[in-house]
Parts: sequence; structure tokens; C-alpha cells
Amino acid sequence: MDGSRLQRSMYELIRRTCTEMPGDIIAALENACKEELPGSIAYETLNIIIKSISLSLENTLPVCQDTGALLAVIHSRPDEGFFLVEEAIVEAVRALTREGILRQNCVDPLTEKNTGDNTGDHVPQIHFEPAHGPTRVGIMLKGGGSENMSAQYSLPVTGISAGRDLDGVRRCILDAVHQAQGRGCAPGILGVCIGGDRASGYRLSKGQLFRNLQDLNPVPVLASLEETIVNQANELGIGPMGLGGKSTLLGCKICTAGRHPASYFVTVSYSCWATRRYQVELDEKGDIGRWI
Amino acid sequence: MRRIISPIAPGVIRDLAVGDMVSLSGRIVTGRDRVHRYLASGGTPPIDLSGLVIYHCGPLVVEEGRHWKITAAGPTTSMREEPYEADVIERFRPGAIMGKGGMGENTLSALKDHGCVYLHVTGGAAQYIADRIVRVESVYLKDFGQPESMWVLTVQDLPALVTMDSHGGSLHGSIRRESLNRLNTLLDRRFDEGRRT
Repeated sequence: MDGSRLQRSMYELIRRTCTEMPGDIIAALENACKEELPGSIAYETLNIIIKSISLSLENTLPVCQDTGALLAVIHSRPDEGFFLVEEAIVEAVRALTREGILRQNCVDPLTEKNTGDNTGDHVPQIHFEPAHGPTRVGIMLKGGGSENMSAQYSLPVTGISAGRDLDGVRRCILDAVHQAQGRGCAPGILGVCIGGDRASGYRLSKGQLFRNLQDLNPVPVLASLEETIVNQANELGIGPMGLGGKSTLLGCKICTAGRHPASYFVTVSYSCWATRRYQVELDEKGDIGRWI
Repeated sequence: MRRIISPIAPGVIRDLAVGDMVSLSGRIVTGRDRVHRYLASGGTPPIDLSGLVIYHCGPLVVEEGRHWKITAAGPTTSMREEPYEADVIERFRPGAIMGKGGMGENTLSALKDHGCVYLHVTGGAAQYIADRIVRVESVYLKDFGQPESMWVLTVQDLPALVTMDSHGGSLHGSIRRESLNRLNTLLDRRFDEGRRT
């Protein structure tokens, strides 16, 4: 793969992720708006959201001023191509920060200085997943406000009577949605991992946010749980931005990971309505072969 | 929709109630985590805040020397400023706090005691809001980094909703209580693996 082609591809991938809302989420927001009473706060809020999304698309400007902490996931054969992609991502991040497409979102916790270019210790976060076939790169820009609303439960949890079964999982997820209220920019999208350890739970639950909202979980019981969560969360009445209404969640995507016999974690990655993520497949030269 | 101008006159503030839609124009300042910590720990505001709207926002700004262009400017989560806001309101008497998600009991009391109001704007609607910012007047506290500096802005016809007023009313409080009741009802049900609910 060619370094300058790769850099152009990563620039385009990140720029699009930052400025164009994915079609499945726009469709879900439009459907949510139809459910609300015209003239209500919820209806007007969703209308403003939909208008703002089209303004960002028209002007190639960020959907949200919080352009998030960038997460990149590279699926590729474990060869030197990985390092080229990593370098291309870091350079694209620096360039887009200079151009004001990405906000300066990396602060050194010791000196309290903003590094100014969105790079720092472990930033941007780049995950490498060994895989066969063509290289695929996924980018997610998840805002800090929604990240703060993510939660991890270690079952059993007495306060909400969450035992170590799927009903306990349901209780934890609904509790997380209630705790978040509108502060994660509802209507939100949840990525959930049942099992794993504290670290893998968050990594895998966030990975679920790459799934298309319209897809169907191949595991029937998880598909059923996902649908139940969305329906029940939307009965909470929290609504867009927590100002009341029918749309509190746009989607819930759940995966599982083997757990230690002593541990039963439920990890909920809360993401805002402005969940920005795209994936591409690269060709052998490093150009974008197709958008996934 | 009621038109209000920042700095806001005290009489106007007391007249606003939860549920009122307002259209905001005039001078506002941004202030988020660093600014609040600074002000609450004895820092002096670089400009007089009385009557002004303090906007919880970390804007995206393209800087060309002394020329600034705001390219995105939605609100950030206000609740993070809860430990500081009551103190900031008491000492500097802003006319309104603007952000998203609402604030807690301490801020609500301060709104009542000192005549201030909380305005809610739509989170993530960064372009819609940036479109209503007509001028960047100046910037202070730049050491805090671009998103956390204090930006002085002029806005024109920015729509916002009063969700906490100066009479003890809070839409956030009532929604939290009502959604807790509904959560408890949902927790009484069980997830049946075979059946979709």
C-alpha cells in the first residue's frame, strides 16, 4: 500500500465520519420525529436535530462541535501494512484538526494542557484486529458527554434486583438509560456486552455501535432482548434531550463474551443520537475500495 | 416565542417560567469545565458577567490571527458544572445559564435566590446553533485550550427553552421523577426469552 494514497483515504474517511451522519441513524431520527406530537418539545427538538444534520452535510462542517475521541479499528492481515495505516490515521487526524474539522480534544491529565492536535499518550486510539481478506478500517467519533453516561454493572446488583440472568441484564440496561436521562444526548444508541472482563466489556460494547441500526442480531434471544430494551426504554418518557417524549432510544445492539465464573459484567456503552461511524475496505494500493 | 436580549434585565428573568420558548440575541460568553473551576476557586472573570448568558459550550473555532470563525457550537453537558454553578451565580450574577441536560438542586436554589434562569438548547445541533452566532467579539483564558477558553459571542435569534426558572421550577426534576416511576413499573416485569415484548 502507498503511504500518500492511504493518507488521502484516511482523511476522507475521518472527514466524512465527522460531517455526514450515517443514513440508518438519519432514518431512525426521522421515524422518531413522526412518532412525536407536532408542536411538542420532543417534536421541535428532533426537528432542530434533523435541520442541523442537513446543514452540516451542505457545508461539510462537523455534525457536533464535540468531534469526540477518535477510535479506529483496523481489520487486516498482521503485516507491515498496519503501521502504514496507523501513520496515515495519525497524519489525517493532525491535518483535520488544523483545518477545524476535528476539535482539539486531547488534554494531558497531569499538565492540564490541551495538546492542540488530537494526539497524546494512547490518542488517537487505534485497535488492531488480525483478519483475512482486504484491509478494513472503521472510524468512530464518540462525544465525551455520551461516553460519561456509559456504565458497567457487576451482577448481582441488589438495588435493581438484577440477578445473573437475561432479566438481570435487562434491568441493568434500563437503569443505565434512566441514570443518563437526557445527558448523553437522547435519543441514544446503546452498545452492550454481556460477559467478558472490565476491559473487554467496554471494548466489545463500543464495537456494537458500528452495527447498522436496521440489522437483526443473528442470535434470536439477543435479537429479542434488543427489541425489548428499545421498546421498554421508550416507555420511560425521557425523550429527546431528556425533555420528555416517546423517543429515548434509537437502537440497542448486544453481544456476548465468555465470562469468568466469578464475574458477570454487563457493560453499556451509551452513544448520543450523533453516533458517527463509517467503515471502509481498502484496495491493495491503499485507496478506498468501498464503503461498508 | 419571547425575544430576550443578553445582558438580560432582572425583571425579564423573573418573568420567565419553565416551558417558555425564547429567542435569544445579544452578547453571551462560553464557559465550561476549566472556566467554572477557575471562577469557583477565586478567579476573576475577564469581563463583567452581570446579566450575561454563560453558555456551557466548547466551540470549534478556526483561528486566523485575530480573526475567528465558529464552525460548530452546540452545548455541553451542564451537570458537570453543578459543583461550581451556585457559587458562580452568587458571585457574578449572570442573567442565564445555557447548556444541555439541566442542572441539580444547588443550581436551582441559586437561580431562585439570585434571579437567574437556565436555558436549554439542543445537544449536538452544532450547525443549527453556529448559524445563529453572528460575531466572535473576543476570547479570554486561552491557556485553558481552545474548547475551554472563554469566547465572547454575539448571537441573533437563537431559540432556547426555559427548563429551570427563578421560582424553583425544573422540567428536569419532574421528568426524572416521572421516569423513575415508569422504570419501577418496568422492573416489575420479567424478560421472557421466548416472547418479544
